[in-house]
Amino acid sequence: MSKHLTGLLGAIASGGVKVVDLTFTLSPEFPTLVLPPEFGQCAPIRIEEVSRYDPRGPAWYWNNISMSEHCGTHYDAPIHWVTGKDLPNNSVDTIPPEHFIAPACVIDVSAKCAENPDYALTVADIEAWEKTHGRIPEKSWVLMRSDWSKRDFKAYANLREDGAHTPGPTPEVMQFLVNERGILGFGTETIGTDAGQAHHFAPPYPAHHFLHGNGRYGLQCLCNLDQLPAKGAVIFGAPLKIRQGSGSPLRVLAMVEQ
Amino acid sequence: MTEPLQRPKRKDPLKRTRLPTQPPELRSRRSHLLTRAAAEGVFGLPGCSDCGALHYPARDTCPECLSDNITLLPCSDLGVLAGTTTVQISNNVYFRERSPWRVGLAVLDAGPRVVTHVHGDVHEGDRIRLTWRLDKSGNAVAFAEPEKPTPNMSDDAELREMTLDPKFRRVLVTDGRTALGQAVAKAFADAGAAIIFCGIADPWKPWPGEEKLKAIPGVEIMPLDVTDTDSVNDLADEIGGRVDIIVNTGEHIRPGGITDRRGVNVAREEIESGYLALMRLAQGFGPALKFRGADGVNSACAWVNVFSIYAQMAWPTYGAYSAQQAAMLGASLSLRGELRPGGVRVVHVFTGPTEDEWFQPLPPPKVSHGQIAKAVVDALRGGVEEAWVGDIAQDFRARLQQNPKALEREIGQ
Repeated sequence: MSKHLTGLLGAIASGGVKVVDLTFTLSPEFPTLVLPPEFGQCAPIRIEEVSRYDPRGPAWYWNNISMSEHCGTHYDAPIHWVTGKDLPNNSVDTIPPEHFIAPACVIDVSAKCAENPDYALTVADIEAWEKTHGRIPEKSWVLMRSDWSKRDFKAYANLREDGAHTPGPTPEVMQFLVNERGILGFGTETIGTDAGQAHHFAPPYPAHHFLHGNGRYGLQCLCNLDQLPAKGAVIFGAPLKIRQGSGSPLRVLAMVEQ
Repeated sequence: MTEPLQRPKRKDPLKRTRLPTQPPELRSRRSHLLTRAAAEGVFGLPGCSDCGALHYPARDTCPECLSDNITLLPCSDLGVLAGTTTVQISNNVYFRERSPWRVGLAVLDAGPRVVTHVHGDVHEGDRIRLTWRLDKSGNAVAFAEPEKPTPNMSDDAELREMTLDPKFRRVLVTDGRTALGQAVAKAFADAGAAIIFCGIADPWKPWPGEEKLKAIPGVEIMPLDVTDTDSVNDLADEIGGRVDIIVNTGEHIRPGGITDRRGVNVAREEIESGYLALMRLAQGFGPALKFRGADGVNSACAWVNVFSIYAQMAWPTYGAYSAQQAAMLGASLSLRGELRPGGVRVVHVFTGPTEDEWFQPLPPPKVSHGQIAKAVVDALRGGVEEAWVGDIAQDFRARLQQNPKALEREIGQ
């Protein structure tokens, strides 16, 4: 084994590198995206026992699972959005595997989100972060920390009569991150990469629009972002290799140097 | 006057729960003319379609003209109670456990004499109204009731063996999110149900009527997602032994025939929330219901499924939905046979298009959720197995009986 990998394994074993799980448990109760009922719906997570050391299978336990590609902590590929439909390597099975390991910059706007559930991340937030931590490196994940993952499911989905009220990015910040900083992708703790009210933005759903239109990726329903440093963590998150898949639930791990 | 039923005391947890037993269940095939009448809550007598002679019990050939053209003929249900006797002890375990038990002989104005169970408020020589009732074996028996209603009449112990009265019983309404579920919960509260458990899926999603539902006396909100096996089993583990009546109020109405849709995702949702949901509920709650069929005054007694009439004949405009309903109806018929040995009756309430958002483009008449809720409670109080709510459902039923092929061609026209 090369010294690089040996060094990494040694650091993980010794605690010099901590592995933080940024993933929610896949469970039927976990909120899923809700669309107007006349549209096709995202199937929720379901776990159906096949056998559990019983007459259906005396010595073994296993389940059949079913869900949408966009359930739980999950990954959005460019093909998910119409703006990315014609790009090369735009589905989860064709994305270059080296894109599944990348550094992360964590922008903490949790205090603002606590005050305003519709808080929209701005270019000014990025500039303020860069003043302290330096320029966001190219091909990084930018993760928006809102502490939304700490809420109970009702407050997490935060649905009202006019739809969801959850934080997300402005159109300007998405253009800035994609075009000016060349990010690999954008991640959130909320149900989508976009704000709950992003349907009313111009363009609607700017994270989806700009990320996927430029071959970048999305991560959502992340948790434990409060355990990451603002800069320096490395994310490992590989979606399932689904043929022409638009996304996938996945295990997102962050490696953090102690 | 019947002594009003008292709220049952809490059960002594050290006492064994008595297993359900059944009155004699064998009947001739012809006698099931009366089973059908009892199941539908109508009265009539077996009679000869050729000479018009009425008779009882049902015979295979007419005692007057030997014709085998025997059918149920409508006639007056009034008569006189010619005599009564009280059975103090019986060889049949079911009656032995419930003795003393009054029986009598009714002489009907229409002619035939009928051996009958007798309501406590009628006595020898009284004018009576005879009804066909389903007993715990699921078969028709005659029941002599006062000609005019008497106070607390439905609390009569013998009658309560035949009916499924919600009074003091605990009900599970499987979906409290729907307007139907909320109307049903209200109707059960008005009918004196002790507890109305209302299942709520995805509690993180807001739902209209939440405050109103929670304010109904006796309502307890429970987590229940009928599309999730674990959720159903978890609730069954928690309250299965305390549920006496289940009302399946789940709805998943979507328009479109089976060629109109792209893919099967919506159909899968329909099957998950309808057919498979019924199966999950049956597996979760069925065993405890069957076990508790003779568990005192508030024994387990009924399972109500509300169906669209299109379960019986597909309407292509709502074709996939019709198929879902048909699948549920098939499962429910099996459930009926499976729960009967436990003394638990499966009741079907059929309705035409409802005042539901998904039937919004349809012209009136449409059935209100309150009407359905009332029909559910009425069906339980009447002890019937089949009820049809509203003009469209009644018309559909008549046409289905008359000429199913004509209905098939004319449906939706």
